[in-house]
Amino acid sequence: MKTLWELYYTWFKMGLFTFGGGYAMLPMIQREVIDKHHWCSEEEIMDYYAIGQVTPGIIAVNTATFVGYDVKGIPGGIIATLGVISPSIVIITVIAGLITNFSELAVVQSALRGIQVAVCALMFTAVVKLYKNSVKNAVSFAIFVIALILAYFTKISTVILVIAAGAVGYALSVMRKEKA
Amino acid sequence: MSVFLMMCWEFFKTGLFAIGGGLATIPFLKEISVKYGWFSMDLLTTMIAVSESTPGPVGVNMSTYVGYTMFRIPGAIFATLSLVAPSLIIICCIAKALKTFKDSPVVQGIFSGIRPAVVGFIISAVISIFTMALLNTRAYEATGALTDLVKIPAVLLLFVLLGISYWKPKLHPIVIIGIAAAAGILFRF
Repeated sequence: MKTLWELYYTWFKMGLFTFGGGYAMLPMIQREVIDKHHWCSEEEIMDYYAIGQVTPGIIAVNTATFVGYDVKGIPGGIIATLGVISPSIVIITVIAGLITNFSELAVVQSALRGIQVAVCALMFTAVVKLYKNSVKNAVSFAIFVIALILAYFTKISTVILVIAAGAVGYALSVMRKEKA
Repeated sequence: MSVFLMMCWEFFKTGLFAIGGGLATIPFLKEISVKYGWFSMDLLTTMIAVSESTPGPVGVNMSTYVGYTMFRIPGAIFATLSLVAPSLIIICCIAKALKTFKDSPVVQGIFSGIRPAVVGFIISAVISIFTMALLNTRAYEATGALTDLVKIPAVLLLFVLLGISYWKPKLHPIVIIGIAAAAGILFRF
């Protein structure tokens, strides 16, 4: 019961303080899920992001479901998912009901431009850490660079890129085994 | 079928077929707007703006907004639950399978290729976030002056925030977001 409450509360916080969703959630995930609660490893989060890219649904929600399932099976998956969507339901309901011109308010726009910079700072630190942990040899560096270039400069769907990277990883592991 | 159930069904379908995160739901919502006329395109634009300027995943915010517009609070809750239901079911199945096959050499091999690629995707997204937050490409194209390209207050704030998180690495991300929001309001970003 205590774990389920912790799952709900942690993912509630995640939903409340993530602007943009998905990858922007990474700094909070590193802090709360990995460092504080040790619910999963950074590698597992990368796997969940990848699976979230090729399966239906919103990546932030899929990641919550995955982590919840890891901790407490199906009830955990459901509770973590409810946690991450709860703040949105409350906030949007209030805004839609009360403040029709919310996104046009000068104070909101100023705060958001500030928050964008915060997301840059947080993501920078998060990504440096992630890079050090994930890109360790020439092969993974090559995959990293190619994926980065294709994702940034071309319009190739991420679904295809994930499948291609998986195929390359599998082929390389087979080749390594044959050599050994 | 009542309109309420139809709305839930449409959001369930959106959750089932929108692959790749929040913004992927927008084409589906456009289709719903055209097909049923439940909300206008104008309102949809407002919904996107609000969803992007409030915390939480954009797709979840959008479904809550549409649901609220149609059926107030019950609509907000059920539209969002319908949206996340398909992925909840699918991910629970995949998580179970992944637990069983995690140590198989095939799965290990596949993920050894995918992990560095995901780092590439994330950095690609980070570059886009940096461009949006720190550069003003429109003003630069108009004047051609380099001083118009860089949003100097934003860059200064970035260095202050990086300095703070370097100096106090234990500081929670929430605090950094709070400081930045306050700075944005104070200096009229």
